[in-house]
Amino acid sequence: MSLMTFGIQLLNAFQYAMVLFLVASGLTLVFGILGYINLAHGAFYMLGAYLAYWIVAKTGSFALAMIGGTVIAFVLGVVLERTLVQRLYGRDHLMQVLLSFGLILVLDDARQILFGKDVHAVAPPAWLNGTIQLTDNLSYSVYRLAISAFCLVVAAVMFWVIARTRIGMMVRAGAENREMTRALGIGFDRLNRYVFAAGIALAALGGIVIAPISTVFPGMGDGMLILSFVVVVLGGIGSVGGAALGALLVGITDTFGKVFFPSISSILVYLLMAAVLVWRPSGLLGRGEI
Amino acid sequence: MSRNRRPLLITRRSLLSGAASTAAFAVASPFPTPALAQNAPFKIGLMLPYTGTYAKLGQFIDDGFRLYVEQKGGKLGGREIAFVQIDDESKPEAATDNMNRLVGREKVDAVIGTVHSGVAMAMVKLARDTNTLLIIPNAGANDATGAACAPNIFRTSFSNWQATYPMGKVMADAGIKNVATITWKYTAGKEMIDAFAENFTGHGGKVVADLTVPFPEVEFQALLTQIATLKPDAVFSFFAGGGAVKFVKDYAAAGLNKSIPLYGAGFLTDGTLPAQGEAAEGIKTTLHYADDLDHPANVAFLKAFKAKTSNEGDIYGVQGYDSAALLDIGLTAVGGDATARDRMIAAMAAAKIDSPRGPLSFNKAHNPIQDIYLREVRNGRNARLSVAQAAVDDPARGCKLS
Repeated sequence: MSLMTFGIQLLNAFQYAMVLFLVASGLTLVFGILGYINLAHGAFYMLGAYLAYWIVAKTGSFALAMIGGTVIAFVLGVVLERTLVQRLYGRDHLMQVLLSFGLILVLDDARQILFGKDVHAVAPPAWLNGTIQLTDNLSYSVYRLAISAFCLVVAAVMFWVIARTRIGMMVRAGAENREMTRALGIGFDRLNRYVFAAGIALAALGGIVIAPISTVFPGMGDGMLILSFVVVVLGGIGSVGGAALGALLVGITDTFGKVFFPSISSILVYLLMAAVLVWRPSGLLGRGEI
Repeated sequence: MSRNRRPLLITRRSLLSGAASTAAFAVASPFPTPALAQNAPFKIGLMLPYTGTYAKLGQFIDDGFRLYVEQKGGKLGGREIAFVQIDDESKPEAATDNMNRLVGREKVDAVIGTVHSGVAMAMVKLARDTNTLLIIPNAGANDATGAACAPNIFRTSFSNWQATYPMGKVMADAGIKNVATITWKYTAGKEMIDAFAENFTGHGGKVVADLTVPFPEVEFQALLTQIATLKPDAVFSFFAGGGAVKFVKDYAAAGLNKSIPLYGAGFLTDGTLPAQGEAAEGIKTTLHYADDLDHPANVAFLKAFKAKTSNEGDIYGVQGYDSAALLDIGLTAVGGDATARDRMIAAMAAAKIDSPRGPLSFNKAHNPIQDIYLREVRNGRNARLSVAQAAVDDPARGCKLS
């Protein structure tokens, strides 16, 4: 493998990792702070992609799809938290799994009723629709690079909010010790609602920005959900930094696994997860018990 | 609690007595007279994916099948038809249960299904065990009409071998020497790539790399980069559905389509062209159908399909349609009396169908003998270039029927 090829593969790995991070960060937030296992995370990712398809088809504006889709998902998150999820905090994880599994079925059927069973494509915004020539026969789509940049920005904003703002402080406090935070008079219920909705919105946003390079198809969320869980568990549940690290590891393992060990590439990511969990049972940046 | 218990008991008791009386009836009349059998509708179990990734394919097969039955006034071979529908969700783990429900509980006379090969192979096993008449309207697993072949099992679609074997010679004839292949790492992918490679290397070609992605993953960047460094003369690929759309778009976005032409099994560009758009232009594939076949059977089929469903008919609709046509031939031969199973099967095996795809007959393993077309994507349609190989007959490896 020449240095150039290696560099391109590294770029592939990084680009994949950024996408994984965007989706997984929402999952880790909800899981870490609310202790809620959201199996429907992948379904919201799919919903975001279909919303992108729908809004772009109706308005022709990708920017509108990004804003509109995220807002719709956020509102949906608030409503779901208020009506259903809220009742299950602190309850048995099995109940949460049941609820979110039910949500997968409902969302899947809603998708089928609203958008049908077809595969769709979404055009990226025109100004990002070019390619950059990397070698004599290989080019890279500008939109892919733009996604990486966008994900970096989202990551930076998330870190800033969590580390530097008052809301972030409350979120961290909640993740640290739920009861104590509540005892200190922090409006934890409302905070919960927004954290949950933000998690859903992040999943949908992931689906929206990926729609142009992926395609929009039923079941697209399933594979993403599993990988997101791997990323979250690898990095440590509830840790956004951990999700970033986990995503990078998965991206690199997957990309180079496909090149160097094609016959076992499908299990490499899970081997990595198993190995890390043996070494650090609560994940790379996780803190003690779950 | 106590209020709940009573109705439950009654339900169970009535269920038991119901089951007992059914059993008594069955014992009392073990040999239903043909007259009685012919008055009751012929019961067909449609076991297809109505939800999930292959939902659209399942729907089109269903539509095609029902279209044929409607055209015959709701009868096949003069016998009324009744349908039982089961969503197999393309889940192999649920396949045996679903098939058992159709055969055991619903007591269907024939089963039509399905799309997913893993599900279909579970159905084949049960059809063999229970001697149920099974018509496979899509799944291409070679074994279904190979090692697992049986007199009561038919296929109206294709074997994986059949769909890609002709492409080996086509590409070799085009002067292509070195090819990289890429597919999902699962049975269908392997069978299609192997059949292509068998014919391609037989004509002096060389497969320089055999690339695979875990099924159903759709992250191709690493392998596209590898293809760019390998610089083969061409790439041969098999993907379907959402994966096909993404692969074709990624291939074009990586600029590879400019220097390394992409070939594939027909599924790469079938039912996916609107989503693939310009990225698919120029891709050459082989399949037993093309969008612009102009013989009368296809023109009539497309018109009727559009009138019924307001969708453009495709190969999946054709396969459903032909499944009904095949069953019609069997039932007609016995005057609607499905108890004359041997004569019915003999008539089906000897069927010559004027299918929308072209002439269709069956080999000893009950797999179609049919023309495989070379197609090229032009203006968003799979345009027929030529017949890649006429009357392609699957070798039915491992089949002991004669």
